[in-house]
Amino acid sequence: MQPFEYASPKTLKEALALLGSSWNDAAVLAGGTDLISLMKDEVMTPKRVVNIKDIAELKGITKTAAGIRIGALATVDEVLSSPLIRASLPALTEAARGVASPQIRNMGTFGGDLCQRPRCWYFRAGFGLIARHQGKDLVAEGDNRFHAIFGSGPAKFVSASSFGPALVALGGKIRIASATGTREVDAAKFFVAPASSDMREVDLKPNEILTEVIVPVTGAKNATYEVRQKEALDWPLATASVALTMKGTTVASARIVLGHVAPTPWVSEAAARAIEGKAVTAETAEAAGKAAVADARPLSMNSYKVQIAAAAVKRALLAAAGVKA
Amino acid sequence: MPEYRWPEMSKRRVMGKRISRLDGVEKASGRAKYCSDLNKPGMLHGAVLVCPYAHALVRSIDVSEAEKHPGVKGVRVVSPAGTEIQWAFTEVAFVAAETELAARDALKKIRVEYEVLPHVVHEADLNKVRSNAKAAGEQIEGDPDQALKQAAVVSEGLYGIPVLEHSCLEPHGQVVSWTPDNKVEYNPSTQAVTSIRGDMARALNVPAANVHVHQDHIGGGFGSKFQPDRWGVEAAQLSKMAGGRPVKLFLDRPVEQVIAGCRPSAYARIKLGANKDGKIILWESESWATGGITGGGSPPIPYVYTRIPNQRKNHWAVSTHTAPIRAWRAPNHPQASFLTCAAMEDLAAKMKMDPLELFLKNVDLTARPDTYERQLKKAAELAEWKKLWHPRGDSGKGHLKRGLGIGVCTWGGAGHDSTARCNIHPDGTVEVELGSQDLGTGTRTIIAQVAAESLGLNVGDIRVKIGDTNYPPSGTSGGSTTVGGVSSATRKATLNALEKLFEEVAPSLGAPATELEAVDGKIQVKGNPAKSLTWKAACAKLGVKTISETGQNIPRDAPKEGLNTGGAGGVQIADVTVDVETGIVRMNRLVAVQDCGTIINPKTAESQVYGACIMSICGALMEERVMDAVTGRMLNNDLEFYKLAGIKDIGEILVHLEIDEINDKRGVIGLGEPPVVGGIAAISNAVANAIGVRVPFVPLTPMNVLNALSGRMS
Repeated sequence: MQPFEYASPKTLKEALALLGSSWNDAAVLAGGTDLISLMKDEVMTPKRVVNIKDIAELKGITKTAAGIRIGALATVDEVLSSPLIRASLPALTEAARGVASPQIRNMGTFGGDLCQRPRCWYFRAGFGLIARHQGKDLVAEGDNRFHAIFGSGPAKFVSASSFGPALVALGGKIRIASATGTREVDAAKFFVAPASSDMREVDLKPNEILTEVIVPVTGAKNATYEVRQKEALDWPLATASVALTMKGTTVASARIVLGHVAPTPWVSEAAARAIEGKAVTAETAEAAGKAAVADARPLSMNSYKVQIAAAAVKRALLAAAGVKA
Repeated sequence: MPEYRWPEMSKRRVMGKRISRLDGVEKASGRAKYCSDLNKPGMLHGAVLVCPYAHALVRSIDVSEAEKHPGVKGVRVVSPAGTEIQWAFTEVAFVAAETELAARDALKKIRVEYEVLPHVVHEADLNKVRSNAKAAGEQIEGDPDQALKQAAVVSEGLYGIPVLEHSCLEPHGQVVSWTPDNKVEYNPSTQAVTSIRGDMARALNVPAANVHVHQDHIGGGFGSKFQPDRWGVEAAQLSKMAGGRPVKLFLDRPVEQVIAGCRPSAYARIKLGANKDGKIILWESESWATGGITGGGSPPIPYVYTRIPNQRKNHWAVSTHTAPIRAWRAPNHPQASFLTCAAMEDLAAKMKMDPLELFLKNVDLTARPDTYERQLKKAAELAEWKKLWHPRGDSGKGHLKRGLGIGVCTWGGAGHDSTARCNIHPDGTVEVELGSQDLGTGTRTIIAQVAAESLGLNVGDIRVKIGDTNYPPSGTSGGSTTVGGVSSATRKATLNALEKLFEEVAPSLGAPATELEAVDGKIQVKGNPAKSLTWKAACAKLGVKTISETGQNIPRDAPKEGLNTGGAGGVQIADVTVDVETGIVRMNRLVAVQDCGTIINPKTAESQVYGACIMSICGALMEERVMDAVTGRMLNNDLEFYKLAGIKDIGEILVHLEIDEINDKRGVIGLGEPPVVGGIAAISNAVANAIGVRVPFVPLTPMNVLNALSGRMS
């Protein structure tokens, strides 16, 4: 790890003033569960680390007129144990449960989860977001068992965020502050597939801090299903988050979003169309799962993830509708 | 000479008791200090520069800028110009500096020019690596061609088990100083306190007597920590360059995972032939494995069922540009057990026969038919085989499929050469000293139990001192040889010392020394508690004299003494549930029936089996070294994607140690290795039973399971 300047501001305003115009100027430290390892591996070598953990205005989970407000510093454990979230946004509760380490749930934050860097082993070894070596596409030619099965761009890593897919399904709004003001981005637009290794995988600039997320409470039935090999801490192989607006027992409209299958949370219109107008049953859920992966483009080693993604969609739908498989 | 034999089972007071390990609290509370915890006054920090290429020629190396880096006290080049690097992360240069940061920054200033050469890092497909494969030569027994014609059923299969990494929680390394008076103070993380002294002395060309080794605890070795290694030798050289200041150099995780130990892979195409009643008459195999650039890794197949009458075997050692193998808990046995038991299960499935029946029907092909028959039946009973087993693939509806499978093991485990010293002081204090090491297995605890048993004392009365070359030489902890060696040596040393004590106190008790016994904290005339002295009072008779006696376990004499021996079998049965939509395998239960000899401490012995089962579960479901074809590097040299099980991934482990009078008479047999052998085979067979197809390649990850279910090759 390289030496760095450390600042621990007490207000958002102070924190924003400490950020720079390039990513190397400063890094924002919240839970530190990702940043510290990135710095140890020297994948990131910020000159300054700005600890935002003491900024009270970034904390808490509260009910507002616009929906449930989740502060960027709310820990994963706070999300998991929040009765407010569990009552109307169980897709987020279940996403939090997927982070199967009490230590990381206690330290890791909601905002940090959304901003964490990809776990792609080529990226972590220093080959960049669009991993290349001697002119070769490392992911395409190498071991891509954990990589993307969707997306046509050069980025083939998968978004590491646990909450991203659920937020996209629930129509969350992400609020971002800089020294010059604040802006709000749809969760669906916050995650981006970078075209080059210089770009980021989220819509955030070096001088900005993600401050809070507003999740509307619409009454939609929602759920998340995560497939990961280990019961203990492990990255998901695929997840699915769904939000269903019901009309009686049929689905009037659906948002179906897959996780860990693309460089961003992956919205499946086809899966939504497959389930809309129907009651959720084992059969219709399975059909929606198949529809979700119909246009998957697996790499040389990860066809198996297509099957897993379909199962995740099916099970998330059944969970949201409260149907036992 | 005292009678060294173990007391009869029924008469033991301390041996055979379920005593928690003596250093448990110390370890659980963090008070136990490992060598990687040491920080000595004036200590420098070492760091190692490794080569990023799997195959390359060092064209030039320039360390001048590194030497000038502030805080740097020494730079040593170990791969000079002209060196051909044969695997990624080979050590190139070492640096010692005032801080770890300075040492690592200095590494970045070392300029190395490489000529990158072509590499081979994958061996799963033999046809792609024929040019790197060396044939071991065909081995034939009986008449395999004739047997092939005769066989009523022939089953064929492809099986593979990848290279696994040792993944020691405490990485390899040491704190070492080499002072101007030519003395070396050496604190390594090692499985070989006694012998590593001589190895280090040779490497540094100093007298062995000048090297002092001390280690209190080790955070995992599994067979990878016997030698000083380059990082040990170079750290000592750097200390010398720095005028004798201690140098601390422990590998970081990325380097540890790559070069500090792995075990060979094993792949095989196997043909098994049987009569219509299930008697196996034919084994044919084409096997291959890699152990790094020198090839290596030849699993002993067929395993346990070695006496198949007709065999044809061809093995290829595949040379790859990967780090060299080291011994790994039961070298080559888990691989061989998997290859053999998987082929047997597949034969049973093809014959529509219960595999338990097939394993039983062929026990006469093993070296211990009675043992395996008994164990197979016991394991089946504990695993509820009759109730839960079903023909392959007949797992009912739904996406969750349950299955059972069998694996077998064999191992030696006789005691190593070991000397113990027992000191009895006039104040009654007892010390037992050995240049041994406790790998976390409970070695300290069982030494104390043996000493207490022999001296009529309690465990708390014994001070066990190990981990230091000032104590008598004791063997390396490998091959499950420690418990037999140290227990026998301790038995002899303590009884030799006790004999001296008897001689000292005999006059006071008015009986000849040969008529005395040590019982319940007293020295008494045999069978006559009325004529006794307390232990303390007896020792007081020594005046100013301390008794110091040694005892040695000499492996060639051990069989006739009866204190320890080798040779154990075991059977494991796995019970799994597979989610066929996600490919996830969950452990319900792993039953381990384990042959054993004299058990000094059932609790720590069971603990060995639990640990071994957990290791098997990791190996069966998760562990594998993933190599990158393009860069030639290991991709998962971390503990994030080099996956190990967490507590919820383990399921129930049911251990049955065959502790009885008959087994007890065999003496102590090491238990570290055997229970780690059969688990992977059992779990792979259970998955095949559950899902109806063989997953050819371990680990049984969702990828490999779904590929097998979908007919894709991984």
